[in-house]
Amino acid sequence: MIHYLFEMFSYPFMVRAMVAGGLLSLCAALLGVSLVLKRYSMIGDGLSHVGFGALAVASALNLAPLAVAVPVVILAAFLLLRLSESGKMKGDAATAVFSTGALAIGVMVISVSTGMNADLNSYLFGSILAMSKQDVALSVILSLAVLLFYGFFYEKLFAVTFDENFARATGIRTGIYNSMLAILTAVVVVLGMRMMGALLISSLIVFPALTSMRLFKSYFSVIVSSVVLAALGFGMGMCISFLYGTPAGASIVVVDLALFVVSSLFAWIRER
Amino acid sequence: MFCLQCDRVSFSYENQVVVSDLSFTVEEGDYLCIIGENGTGKSTLMKGMLGLKKPSAGKIVLGEGIKQTQIGYVPQQTLAQRDFPASVWEVVLSGCLSSRGLRPGFSGKEKQTAAEKLEILGIADLKHKSFKDLSGGQRQRVLLARSLCAAKKLILLDEPTTGLDPVATEDFYHLLLKLNKKHQITVIMVSHAIREAFAHADHILQLSQDKYFYGTTQEYLDSEEGKRFFKRCEL
Repeated sequence: MIHYLFEMFSYPFMVRAMVAGGLLSLCAALLGVSLVLKRYSMIGDGLSHVGFGALAVASALNLAPLAVAVPVVILAAFLLLRLSESGKMKGDAATAVFSTGALAIGVMVISVSTGMNADLNSYLFGSILAMSKQDVALSVILSLAVLLFYGFFYEKLFAVTFDENFARATGIRTGIYNSMLAILTAVVVVLGMRMMGALLISSLIVFPALTSMRLFKSYFSVIVSSVVLAALGFGMGMCISFLYGTPAGASIVVVDLALFVVSSLFAWIRER
Repeated sequence: MFCLQCDRVSFSYENQVVVSDLSFTVEEGDYLCIIGENGTGKSTLMKGMLGLKKPSAGKIVLGEGIKQTQIGYVPQQTLAQRDFPASVWEVVLSGCLSSRGLRPGFSGKEKQTAAEKLEILGIADLKHKSFKDLSGGQRQRVLLARSLCAAKKLILLDEPTTGLDPVATEDFYHLLLKLNKKHQITVIMVSHAIREAFAHADHILQLSQDKYFYGTTQEYLDSEEGKRFFKRCEL
């Protein structure tokens, strides 16, 4: 076992994936607690599809993928939050429109430019080889930003998530916190989706939070547990992926799912 | 000394006037109940008093020494809160945020304030319980405690007894009365539960499409509007 771990870390691409992916999954878990509690669970999924479309267009036009995808997905995140706030379109309907629309555009662009090939597969389900040195650097910066954001504004974020109206009445500028949440989520999704896959990245956002909510009943314990579970799910998923040659994204999600099922069972038994 | 004053206030949404030319003054220590049918602008007025919506005309003035963020607000409970993982302590403490500005964390003084409010509302033993495991009445007490952490003198309640059983409702009104009389907290409440509200409130503001009534509860009961309103309620 130890032998395998040593072998795993002897590959530079595995080290990059472990560092960048690990940090991203911690960020996703932290942001996920707020998103799940604000009933925005599907936003990550919608954004990843928009990211897919943007990456496809960028590669067809020979542009830098992140330089196109990050702003586009941030914009989409804003629109989704704004739409569900203004009530013109229900949040879930808006997400459905965005995600299928962008997915379709992406598929069209890929099939016209390069033809449907293995590229599409790695976009949709991710590739362990996708993490570059630049991604590692960006992930470190991003996770510092998320940690600072959560650490410094922890109490405000709690108030905004628990009761937005009350928070506004006590003078908290809720719009700024919601926007920060949208921006950070968008960046996490774009950075993580090439490794996890456009179809699977949102699991990093929802699973740790949902599993923690089965186990713990205070906000602080849910936050801490989400981070721990994210690290656990990611680490175990990567090991499985390495040992059995399965795709990293899917392996991580399967571990997350198993953790969720076990804790749901535990919660169910406890309530009996 | 007045606590809150509405001076010829109007509110409108996209040219649709909801409240027009409304004036009243709430004195310190008053217990005001705002009634009116749906669509007469109760919630809009509420938002205006909280500073969340600007009046289209007129102005709302707060009494000396009360800042806009120091109005204790007890909003209607949302469905999302019913399964929110938060301890009672976390919820109540979040009421202290208005005085903290951008600084993170809470000071010992704020923790002490929160503990005092729990004590006053008789829920100190629930401190470590989870908000979602509480009964409706307990939850409402927790939200009241949170509002008191933010409030200096004035609390604003939006339909606080919706969904409570009769016993919990009665308990809650007694608690409000105690806060009002013993702790000199000014209470402004929007309510549907007319009868219980009348039993405790000393002032009534009735909103309707074309005219407003503002006066003491006795004046209201003697007025034409009051008699008509009561007759309708009894039917």
